[in-house]
Amino acid sequence: MAELIVISTLNGVLFGMLLFLLSSGLTVIFSMMGVLNFAHASFYMLGAFFGYQLTRWIGFWPALVIAPLLVGVVGMGVERYGLRNTHKHGHVAELLLTFGLAFAIEEIVSMIWGKSPVDYRVPAVLDFPAFTVFSTNYPAYKIFMLVVSVVIFIALLVTLKRTRVGLIVQAALTHPSMVGHLGHNVGRVFMLVFGVGSALAGLAGVIAGPSLVTQSDMAAYLGPILFVVIVFGGLGSLPGAFIASLLIGLIQTFAVALNGSLASVFGPLDPSLGPSPLTDIWNVTIAQIAPILPYLLLVLVLIFRPMGLLGTRES
Amino acid sequence: MTNAPTPSLAAAKQESGGALGFYGVWLLAAIALVVLPLIFSSGGSLTSFSLIGIAIIFALSYNILLGQTGLLSFGHAVQYGLGGFLAVHVMNAVASHNWPIPLPVIPLVGGIGGMAFALLVGWVMTKRAGTVFAMISLGIGELVASSSLILRSVFGGESGITTDRTSLMPLFGWTFGPQIQVYYLIAFWVLVSAIAMYALTRTPLGRICNAVRDNPERVEFIGYDPHVVRYLAYMFAGFFAGIAGGLTAINFEIANSAYLGAMQSGFVLFSTFIGGTAYFFGPILGAILVTYLQLGLTNVTSVWQLYFGVIFIGIVMFAPGGIAGILMKHRPLIRAGTLGTVIPSYLVAAIPTLAFALGIILAIETVARFSGGDPINLLGIPFVATAPTTWAAAAVLVVGGFLIARITWRRVAEAWDRAATVARDRGYLA
Repeated sequence: MAELIVISTLNGVLFGMLLFLLSSGLTVIFSMMGVLNFAHASFYMLGAFFGYQLTRWIGFWPALVIAPLLVGVVGMGVERYGLRNTHKHGHVAELLLTFGLAFAIEEIVSMIWGKSPVDYRVPAVLDFPAFTVFSTNYPAYKIFMLVVSVVIFIALLVTLKRTRVGLIVQAALTHPSMVGHLGHNVGRVFMLVFGVGSALAGLAGVIAGPSLVTQSDMAAYLGPILFVVIVFGGLGSLPGAFIASLLIGLIQTFAVALNGSLASVFGPLDPSLGPSPLTDIWNVTIAQIAPILPYLLLVLVLIFRPMGLLGTRES
Repeated sequence: MTNAPTPSLAAAKQESGGALGFYGVWLLAAIALVVLPLIFSSGGSLTSFSLIGIAIIFALSYNILLGQTGLLSFGHAVQYGLGGFLAVHVMNAVASHNWPIPLPVIPLVGGIGGMAFALLVGWVMTKRAGTVFAMISLGIGELVASSSLILRSVFGGESGITTDRTSLMPLFGWTFGPQIQVYYLIAFWVLVSAIAMYALTRTPLGRICNAVRDNPERVEFIGYDPHVVRYLAYMFAGFFAGIAGGLTAINFEIANSAYLGAMQSGFVLFSTFIGGTAYFFGPILGAILVTYLQLGLTNVTSVWQLYFGVIFIGIVMFAPGGIAGILMKHRPLIRAGTLGTVIPSYLVAAIPTLAFALGIILAIETVARFSGGDPINLLGIPFVATAPTTWAAAAVLVVGGFLIARITWRRVAEAWDRAATVARDRGYLA
């Protein structure tokens, strides 16, 4: 049991930090532009596939730098030529544009790389067990992922809180027109923030790709969870997104590791009852309901605290 | 965050149409529905018509949310799918107990199923409009779709639950075995649902829905609760989506978890938005087009879904009013008789635009078939995906088409402005 707790905590924090790499960009983009970027998880997927392809061509380490930059450029293109032109039609049109993009990117990825998982491997340098907890070897690559995401997290924090660029971004979050009056090019700030957010998502994809499955449906799988994270944390709140990312990362990881069901706690139901929704619920394991836990959480949060954990506004 | 103000409903403008024109349209629709299978009587076209009919109800029900109340839902398939599942279960129960319930009533059961679920979750969901509603609808959609795989006894797991539509009581000698009888059943429900949904837009509730979409704050000032209005709209949308789901269950004699999924929700959003949300007939056009393309394209290309994505993005960026919006924009010009001055510029713009579209198609197919597959056949000209000449052709068409099209569309805009000015002078354009 202690082993399970240690390993799941490590994995959960790791998954949570990965989620935060994505949700931080999404949250900043949302609070700044009022656009919920549906294609954000698609940028993560693009990062993974670019990373895979570049790793095959030029190796993992250059790919680690180039792939996120490429994704950032794609993101800036989307902002400059897509969202900016759609802005005049309102927020619903912008949301729908990113929805269409997410759909199209998934199709393009499966058109180029196929629908089955690609062989994106952990680089040989990092392919060894870092340490052994009880009887489980913890892979070094996961430690590497953790380090990268923590470094990015700190860099993001320092940039936002301590630099001039961060100040402008923070100001543009709440008072975009005032920032414009002060002579800053708000359009360019938006484009850069969108690019950086996409690049972060891309980076998450590059480092998560070898560890998780790199497949054309990875965006469709992660996207909704990402929205749960930012709604749960409070739309537009970075600290909220951080807490929610860790929380959902931990919940997901622990749920997957647990095999208990109502039947294992209270004993099996009388078999004469026959199949019914009750027996389904009675026999389902926590691992099996892991995929729906985030959504249950979302519904509960929206009932009891519609602004999310640390959110200040309701919509 | 506020909702984008979309153009007001056509309903307001159609006041002047007169009763004859109004009933005439529905009468024509009814005649068309009856006559269609007599003209195109092959099995394939009957199946297509049935699917299109269901898609029309589904898209219209979605537009109660998106177009009329301004609620963008990413989980509309939940009500559709649950309606389908309830219909299948009721059909099986009716058949095993020999209850005297004929098949044509079953879609109503589906509708009640969709409405019941909307009743259950709607109050929490419709608390907020805008982005929050969109997110919750996505979450609920994922929740139900994932749960359906856990509750195997109700949803039948991955394989779904089957039924036999002919095992119910025959009605006037109709067993609903042959597709033609199912088609007429669907056609009947299409007409009834479309009339009901149109009538809904004309009720005070329908109008207050529009008001909630455009300015919820002022709705509160005149004494209505926008939350209640959204909740009611959500229930009606769920009801008609459930009818569509029930019809699908009858048509395929199966209900499975794919009915509830994100894909289905995405397609109804595509159909509705491509058709146009601002006019009642928009979703009908969209449903016909999208279903037709879906059926037609699957035979021609393996990446047909990408084309939907591209069409959708194009509509969102360049014509957010959808097809109906484009068509209705021309109405004042037709009335003022100035449309003729715009048409030449259209014809000029059509050529590079077509070249651009062909270039995109060629590029997509080249990538799709690069690692093997049939040679590309574009307008009868064969292309080989691995040949550099094909890549060059695609690049020239895309880049050249785009650059020239941009110039020609600017001229369309100029011609349009002139025509609109004349129309305004003659009093046809506000």
